[in-house]
Amino acid sequence: MNPNYINLSNWQLGFAAVLILINLAISVWLRLGLARSLLVASVRMVVQLLLVGFILESVFALQTPLPVVGIGLVMAALAGLAAVRRTRRRFPGVYWNSLLSVLGASFLITGAAMLGILNVHPWYLAQYAIPLLGMVLGNILNGISLALDRFMEGVAREGSLLESNLALGATRWEAAHSLINDSLRVGMIPTINSMMVMGVVSLPGMMTGQLLAGVLPTAAVRYQIVIMFMIAAATALGTLGVILLAFRALFNSQHQLCSGRLHLHKHVDL
Amino acid sequence: MLWKNLDLALARGERLAIGGATGSGKTVLLRTLAGLEPLQAGTIYFNDQALSSWSMPAYRARVVYVPQRPALAESTVKNVLQSPFKFRVRRDQPFPLQLACEHLAALGRNSDFLTQRAERLSGGEAQIVAVLRALLVASDILLLDEPTASLDAEATAGIETLIARWLGEQSHRACIWTSHDRSQLARISDRTLALGEAE
Repeated sequence: MNPNYINLSNWQLGFAAVLILINLAISVWLRLGLARSLLVASVRMVVQLLLVGFILESVFALQTPLPVVGIGLVMAALAGLAAVRRTRRRFPGVYWNSLLSVLGASFLITGAAMLGILNVHPWYLAQYAIPLLGMVLGNILNGISLALDRFMEGVAREGSLLESNLALGATRWEAAHSLINDSLRVGMIPTINSMMVMGVVSLPGMMTGQLLAGVLPTAAVRYQIVIMFMIAAATALGTLGVILLAFRALFNSQHQLCSGRLHLHKHVDL
Repeated sequence: MLWKNLDLALARGERLAIGGATGSGKTVLLRTLAGLEPLQAGTIYFNDQALSSWSMPAYRARVVYVPQRPALAESTVKNVLQSPFKFRVRRDQPFPLQLACEHLAALGRNSDFLTQRAERLSGGEAQIVAVLRALLVASDILLLDEPTASLDAEATAGIETLIARWLGEQSHRACIWTSHDRSQLARISDRTLALGEAE
């Protein structure tokens, strides 16, 4: 460990929490209605992170592949479920579509990066696998929920336009193509935006972490470049996967639009 | 189930009208015939071939459905009319611009209409564009769902004439037309099916 590294005490964490309490007070005072979700989010964040800290310490100590893969699967499943919970509309099977896309894209890209680029030994080394997978999953989650939301809203709102193209002889692919394009574009916006301004407007979290831990900036930057390519590739792959699966669910093989399969959800996260 | 024992045949060259109260299923029947609704039971035959053995886009290139309230893309009228000619099923069919202009002229509109934004058209004008587009692409059967419901008498007469001309061009062409207007049904059809009375 770098000698300049500062370990944080509980008191220091408490002082950091005061920063959010100030915002809470303002929200209550101005009746912004944000206090509850801000409080819930803060508490969840603290509890989840403390738990993860404990779990990771024991996993890092284990040095066997099974718990690492198990934790990865749980993380991917949670991300897959969370992605759908942020959409306004659902169709039967949408959770499976999301799970499959998240799992496939995140494991494929993280696995390829660990084995092919970083050459981690042993291949399941938790110190690399879990943080990398976590960063990839967080971004896939964003991409999938945005793209799915756009696609399902499009089917619901522009259904008669899609159907009029089908009625004029378009294949389901021809009819849905511009909506698919648009959904993929929306899903990739956060990733492309963050790559555009990376290092200029913001220093990414992982790089900041490495810098705080005393890694040379030129070395930290190299890691960040690999991570960004992983994130972009995985988000593109996951988003494409989920949209193609949703397309097959909402446009059947008879080139019919099954907008009746979509239903509106009253309770949406966020 | 909407219908039981519904047996309907459309002969070559026939003009069939479908009447019936609101909610009697006229639209669902046309959409089913266009292959837009999944069939729960029964079979549709086109040219003695079951619908299931047709490729749906190829079938819909010959049997074209025009909805009562057409949704048009955010583009110019010309692009909207042209859009079905970009589909694979009409790959080697050029867009008949000349014919489109002739049809528009018959409806009292000059070619400036082609440059208008389709999304800003009134309900009646959108209906005209949708019927025109169907006339340009349909080769065998037109399924028209109240195609003149939003039109004044003059435009209605114009559309009726254009459809009659389309039917007259080839003897096998046929159409099914729904309407609330009894005098129009008598005018444009050889036979009327009243839904609701049919079990």
